[in-house]
Amino acid sequence: MSSPPRIVRIGEDALLCTLTASDAAAPGLPLQQQLWQLCARLETEREALSLLEIVPGMGNLLLRWSVPEGAPCPYAALKKHLGTLWQETPQGDIAGHTVEIPVRYGGDVGPDLNDVARHCGLSPDEVIHLHTHAIYRVFCLGFQPGFAYLGGLDTRLHSPRRDTPRLAIPAGAVAIGGSQTGIYPLSTPGGWHIIGSTSVRLFDPAATPAALLQPGDTVRFVKEAQ
Amino acid sequence: MKGSAARHSTPALVEVLRCGVLTSVQDLGRHGQRHLGISQCGALDTLALQQANLLLGNAPGAAGLEISVGPVHLRFHADAVIVLSGVDFAPTLEDCSGAASRNHVLPGHRVSIPAGSTLSLTRPAIPGARCYLAVAGGIDVPLVLGSRSTDLKAGFGGHEGRALEAGDLLPLGTARLLKANASRGVRGLAPTHVLRALPGPDHEQFTAASHTQFWMQPWRISHQSNRMGMRLNGAPLQLRAALSLLSSGVLPGDVQVPSDGLPIVLASDCQTIGGYPRIASVIRADLWQLAHLPPLTSVYFQLVTHAVARAALERQTRYLARLAQVMQQEFGE
Repeated sequence: MSSPPRIVRIGEDALLCTLTASDAAAPGLPLQQQLWQLCARLETEREALSLLEIVPGMGNLLLRWSVPEGAPCPYAALKKHLGTLWQETPQGDIAGHTVEIPVRYGGDVGPDLNDVARHCGLSPDEVIHLHTHAIYRVFCLGFQPGFAYLGGLDTRLHSPRRDTPRLAIPAGAVAIGGSQTGIYPLSTPGGWHIIGSTSVRLFDPAATPAALLQPGDTVRFVKEAQ
Repeated sequence: MKGSAARHSTPALVEVLRCGVLTSVQDLGRHGQRHLGISQCGALDTLALQQANLLLGNAPGAAGLEISVGPVHLRFHADAVIVLSGVDFAPTLEDCSGAASRNHVLPGHRVSIPAGSTLSLTRPAIPGARCYLAVAGGIDVPLVLGSRSTDLKAGFGGHEGRALEAGDLLPLGTARLLKANASRGVRGLAPTHVLRALPGPDHEQFTAASHTQFWMQPWRISHQSNRMGMRLNGAPLQLRAALSLLSSGVLPGDVQVPSDGLPIVLASDCQTIGGYPRIASVIRADLWQLAHLPPLTSVYFQLVTHAVARAALERQTRYLARLAQVMQQEFGE
């Protein structure tokens, strides 16, 4: 059972709602599932509540509103409403999509696979096996359009970031950094270890929705033949 | 050749002849997409862009150009009416006959541009400050995810998802007809270098000495500032105790303090999620100043209440509504 959310105002037109598990310091999957439930409910009330943005984070939720000129500030009412919604939010999982991401591991497109293997005391094949046999969940998106914060990386693959960040991690790179794994929709500088690459497009501004992965989705990596 | 038929057959295009870095198509930004990691983008000075648009009979959020580095030379392939707002870039207009005449263009005013003329913006009166060019009809690039703004970081929107380059051709939308071409202008706002702000969600996690520093000392703007954020130099701020925050949604205006203790005021292109403590949030009514605060100048933060923030924003909204109302009478349907 979780405690009621902590709600603080941010600037003039936003609030941050933080969920705290009464029995754990860090938010795990059950709490994030409740957050997705809450987001889904808020999505149905987006217009009625004049919500401009509904942004799930890691165990928290940012709401930004936009009310017509002269209308009263909705913060107090929204805060109260969130408290009520939270009471009514079911604890179970949401029905997200399952997305398979084909990955070419190692070689030119996964230059850090051997480094990760060495650090973890595994063979490159064992790294690939562990990476492809976990079930990941999209906790939230951010950092880049379509970049998913994935939960579920096997603890045996946790690896510290590179000492020297790369100037450019290419689009489509599949990487491990700390306790996380991710897929880069666009080229960016960064310090994560690149273990492979996918040809799947994670962000397409012309598509609906523009991001392939949505909060709550399940992701599986599938090894592609070289 | 000067007949209306000839005019209609000329495509309404603006050609970029020469262009400083980071000139881009911007409107009032992309909203409702932050949960997908998509930044707001849009003009840093939304007030200047709206002023210029309203003078031209455009919707306040029509797309224009944001210019930060000169020189910028633009050739108009059809008759057009423009307004330049923001900082003065010493604009001149050269007609198609060549070197014959080079006339000064009055910033903040409606200016008619005959087809074939070249508009030249040399350099800003205040280096590092920005200028906005609005054209009657607006820059008619496609709407992408609800906005014509360029997302320079992610490479989409605006003109081909990038900053403008020499050779680019920008299409213009249909302009509303001016009933009488009376000279009209507005005075731009001068930045005060005082950013009014509300305490952020992590304000109380900073030491009392840091509160004094943050609200009392001048902050020098770093050269590392850009459309993502304005980085500040000064005595570093300190937390009462180490703070481990989980990533959460952030917004333009939020003042983040990374581990080096030096604040960053997030701007239009900022990421959607962040994990640094937030000491304050700059009020909406003062965010336009981020377009015009050059490196090495100083800013102060002034602590205000929600009531002050609201009153300041309402004053701006009322001003723009009044300008729209006055302009309504000068344009046909």
